[in-house]
Amino acid sequence: MTPMVNARNLVVAALLAFLLLLPVYAGVTGNPFLLTLFTRIVILALAATSLNLILGYGGMVSFGHAAYLGIGGYAIGILASEGITSGFVQWPVALIVSALVALIIGLFCLRTRGVYFIMITLAFAQMVYYVAAGLARYGGDDGLTIYRRSQFDGLNLSNKPTFYYLCLALLLGTIFLVWRLVNSRFGLVIQGARSNERRMQSIGFPTFRYRLTCFVIAGTLCGLAGALLANHTDFVSPAMMYWTRSGDLIVMVVLGGMSSTFGPLIGAVALLVLEEALSGLTEYWQIILGPLLLLVVLFARGGIDGLLEAASLRPRLGGGADAKVRRG
Amino acid sequence: MIYFIEQCLNGVQLGMLLFLLAAGLTLIFGIMDLVNLAHGSLYMLGAYFAATLVAWTDSFLLGVPLALLATLVVGMAVEVVAMRRLYGRDHLDHVLGTFGLILFFNELVRLIWGPAGMTLFLPSWLNAAVPVLPGLYYPLYRVVIIVVTILVALFLYGLVMRTRLGMLIRAGASNREMVGALGINIKLLYTFVFGLGAALAGFAGLMQAPILTVQIGMGENILIVAFVVIVIGGIGSIRGAFVASLFVGMVDTIGRAFFPDLLRLVLSKEAAATAAPALSSMMIYLLMAAVLVLRPEGLFPAANR
Repeated sequence: MTPMVNARNLVVAALLAFLLLLPVYAGVTGNPFLLTLFTRIVILALAATSLNLILGYGGMVSFGHAAYLGIGGYAIGILASEGITSGFVQWPVALIVSALVALIIGLFCLRTRGVYFIMITLAFAQMVYYVAAGLARYGGDDGLTIYRRSQFDGLNLSNKPTFYYLCLALLLGTIFLVWRLVNSRFGLVIQGARSNERRMQSIGFPTFRYRLTCFVIAGTLCGLAGALLANHTDFVSPAMMYWTRSGDLIVMVVLGGMSSTFGPLIGAVALLVLEEALSGLTEYWQIILGPLLLLVVLFARGGIDGLLEAASLRPRLGGGADAKVRRG
Repeated sequence: MIYFIEQCLNGVQLGMLLFLLAAGLTLIFGIMDLVNLAHGSLYMLGAYFAATLVAWTDSFLLGVPLALLATLVVGMAVEVVAMRRLYGRDHLDHVLGTFGLILFFNELVRLIWGPAGMTLFLPSWLNAAVPVLPGLYYPLYRVVIIVVTILVALFLYGLVMRTRLGMLIRAGASNREMVGALGINIKLLYTFVFGLGAALAGFAGLMQAPILTVQIGMGENILIVAFVVIVIGGIGSIRGAFVASLFVGMVDTIGRAFFPDLLRLVLSKEAAATAAPALSSMMIYLLMAAVLVLRPEGLFPAANR
């Protein structure tokens, strides 16, 4: 056990306080751009949190997670363009369709392991991408503009602070849900299957069903992020689920720290703020970001959360070994 | 009928191109156990080098080998600087690290060559059509691509199966430490293999350059198709890559050419026109899903893994 007050908890607390107070700050300084940027960050953090459930805890390296972002978004976009703007219809549809697609993709992909899994998830996401690009009725390649955000009684999503707080609440709810899940019996089976699937099977757990359930939950949560993103940008296009977006989500998870509760949030904030800062610095910012990613992979395997954890544990003897055990 | 044969030839040509990419990918995976997303970047670099060097030397026959050499050198440099450190790591590390490299190379190309694409013009002696069958004229350059790639495939087979170097490569794949202990410079061997894979990707890029525009990100879509190929063929198997390349090339081309007509037979004209483009781009992914359901390790699983 580490003491309650340590570097890692302090950073997380400071980050949460910052996120909670951000609209106030943006309102006082009259800087709406900051609020728009952070709404986006919070939404993508939600998507990254859902990916962490399968990637970090389940060991399923999905390279097609952005597909659900697109499916959730398109569910909103298509319903809106057909005149159905009630959020009470749109959002459940977005979640159910994401869950169904995740179920179908999972049924195929989870039969494979390792590199095959990486590539088949990538291929399925690409397939969904082409389906969206082929929807001539809904804009095809050019995408679809959403003229009215989802309508909820008593909740105006066009109000920027309201929408931001809704996204933040859903993000924190998702983080809580994932935390409860991975610490439940279900989560322990998933993590057991990550380290040794055959052993879990021989104890008598039908790991395929557990992994599939986990995969569907992650897909559904990411569909929620997609619904939020569509409402945020008032626009959906196939580019939402281009494979580089899936790559970005993986980067967020690994940069923040895999299988860590707040890691994906930290990673999303770090990556998107870094992108924003670098693109202000030079037009060719990716030339810095790319090698930086390589350096993180080579030298900071546990991500930012891993570094914070190491900082929290340093004063104690044997802390390092403790951390290794926890990380599996 | 003529149209059908022509489409078949197009399919073979696409398959050959995919083979060049897939062979490098599968070689690097089979021997170093490395997932290299940046393979598409080397394809792009090959095309850019060719467009530049052909314009610079004013000779197609001089520019192309120089471009090939340049891609080989870049590939080996990438191996020494970055890839070498990724061997033996988790596949997720490979994906992330090489994803970073893609960003780097795309931006580097934008910095050097600018955001606008380039065109590589064929010399007039290649820009002709030859009679393949009575009544069927086919572009000479595409015939050249097919023939040259078959020669490359034979060369690869000979290199890996019939030479001392190939023997060392195969030995390195099955037991890296043992080959090192017997006094072989395994690091150098790996650098060479990576360079070879890079050169194959660059070759694919430069051969495709006159047909398409040379542009940033050109390697990314075809890379994913090349992944489909090696997954169908069985990762690590060059023979599998060859068979699967042809298969995927044919299915994709024939699908795009004839699927819309077939669809029109069963659906209304309007519905067919809407569904056809999406469905024909999905075809190869469906094929892959079907293969993986029947044989999760691909059609020709490499024997030793």
